Amino acid sequence: MDLFRRRPRHLSLPFGEHNQQEEPDNLWIRCPSCNEQLYEREYIDNLRVCPKCRFHFRLSLYERLETLLDAGSFEEFDKHLRSSDPLNFRSEGSAYADKLIEYERKAGTAEAAVYGSASVEGVPLVVAANNFAFQGGSMGVAVGEKIARAVDLAVSRRVPLLTISASGGARQHEGVYALMQMAKTTAALSRLSRVGMPYVSLLTDPTVGGVPASYAMLGDVTIAEPGAFIGFAGPRVIEQAIRQKLPPGTATAESMLAHGMIDMVCSRAELRGTIARLLRLLTGASYPRHLEDQASLPAEQMAAGMHIERTGVGD
Amino acid sequence: MATSLEFEAPLSELQAELDKARSAAVVNPDSGRNADRLQAQLNERLYVLYQGLNPWQKLQVARHSNRPHPLDYLRLAFTDFTELHGDRCFGDDKAIVGGPAFLDGRAVMVVAHQKGHDTRENVRRNFGMAGPEGFRKAQRLFKLAEKLGLPVITMIDTPGANVGVADEERGQVEAIASSIAEMCSLKVPIISVVTGEANSGGALAIGVADRILMLEHSTYSVASPEAAAVILWRSAQRAPEAAEAMRITAQDMLNFKLVDMVIPEPLGGAHRDATGMALTVRDTLIPVVTSLVSMGITDLLEARYRRYRDLGPFTGSDL
Repeated sequence: MDLFRRRPRHLSLPFGEHNQQEEPDNLWIRCPSCNEQLYEREYIDNLRVCPKCRFHFRLSLYERLETLLDAGSFEEFDKHLRSSDPLNFRSEGSAYADKLIEYERKAGTAEAAVYGSASVEGVPLVVAANNFAFQGGSMGVAVGEKIARAVDLAVSRRVPLLTISASGGARQHEGVYALMQMAKTTAALSRLSRVGMPYVSLLTDPTVGGVPASYAMLGDVTIAEPGAFIGFAGPRVIEQAIRQKLPPGTATAESMLAHGMIDMVCSRAELRGTIARLLRLLTGASYPRHLEDQASLPAEQMAAGMHIERTGVGD
Repeated sequence: MATSLEFEAPLSELQAELDKARSAAVVNPDSGRNADRLQAQLNERLYVLYQGLNPWQKLQVARHSNRPHPLDYLRLAFTDFTELHGDRCFGDDKAIVGGPAFLDGRAVMVVAHQKGHDTRENVRRNFGMAGPEGFRKAQRLFKLAEKLGLPVITMIDTPGANVGVADEERGQVEAIASSIAEMCSLKVPIISVVTGEANSGGALAIGVADRILMLEHSTYSVASPEAAAVILWRSAQRAPEAAEAMRITAQDMLNFKLVDMVIPEPLGGAHRDATGMALTVRDTLIPVVTSLVSMGITDLLEARYRRYRDLGPFTGSDL
């Protein structure tokens, strides 16, 4: 496999600025979990998982989509949708508006999430994913809107929804507007049940705060990557609150599974197959679905969905 | 006064003088006239002071320990409140109280954060910071209200949802998420009143509503300014600055059209006159409930959906 060697050209993501220098081959890196020296090429071919201890390094947004979606299937929507700094937030010597430009340059996306249509092993779906490289994948108005639009698109196309979370929480610079995106995304999700389409939520390291406290924990099926930190508060905040070191294993994917909060912990190599299988199973209805109130889906929402399909945006 | 507000220090001399004149007035009518004059003076200065509160000062008022809390409102503005307990999963979280009550003769379901007026009560109530059991109890009461056709009134006053290892294990994130989801689709009117501070997912978990009202000196924020300052600048010391930058006041929320109404407080804040405050809240709530009750469920749910789906400005949409 040479998944990350080449630039995945078919992804409609703004790679231009993000394209870091080609990583030289034959480098060694150290696994932070088991301390093993890893031959970089081997580790990359192993989907950035330590072959010795199975430690899952974080993937970039592009790598994530590349490992999960059918090659060339991702068509991005609303690529330029971005925050308009609703509070005109500034603190000593710096303005949030300026920082947004910097985040965009660093992360290669206009905001901390992308969404669009795609397929996994041939099953069509809508996918929305956080870009952790953009201000820690934090959710402000633009991210909330993109997640909600992803839901709307899944509703109008009547296809399953997959969200991939990697987020430090709500974007403080957008104040209550950011908080209210938890309600926006959740309100949008309420319409997905009307068309009887499944929602699979994938939680990756880390998924903290407003994202799991809203749409990311509302999946019909919720999957997490091994070792992912998942919780209401980040490790530092928990330690501060309980005034002691974080007990090992707290708020991890494994702990969530043990406490019945998620359906499975799935290794990176098996994610794609697992998600495809789930989607085939969950869309395999053979008996009429008695959905509440389909007729009451507002006309304009359906029209919006159709408009998206017609124009096929995503350049 | 149990808590003295720092910014009220300039008034303390006048207050002391007034207290002296009042007690002297019992035997001396001259002193009574003097007291009335001092009272007028104090009122004038309180008015000016409270008109000019900055966000950080407002937060101190919102947190004042004498400020009426939901159980006070339930005693003063409602009748026959009957508290129901427990989430039927694990426990009873005392940071959230709830149950049916009459508002002006109409049966409603009330769900609210409850802080204490003193340290002992605050410890018992975990300072109004709810865990998963609190949010699951809230959901249970929401569903009950839906089944019985009772309008829901929530009162919000929380520093935020509780943070702790056990809360994480019992699904704090799931409890908040499903509480929000429950409210998004609940088939009865929901009115939310922010009575103190409303912070984080802990506030929103009982805050999704058809109408949101805020008391004049209450605040609403994505995280407490202390927490936000740590997240933004790794320094809780900069909380006043965060309070300023994050636009947390009721007046900001009204300007942003994130809330529907600001309820005026008695002169010098609700903590000076709990009964007066409670009666104003009652008189404000009654017509709001009445108007929502007259809406059909389809219109109600559609309006609630739009309220949240259309929330917040952004640029660069493809459409």
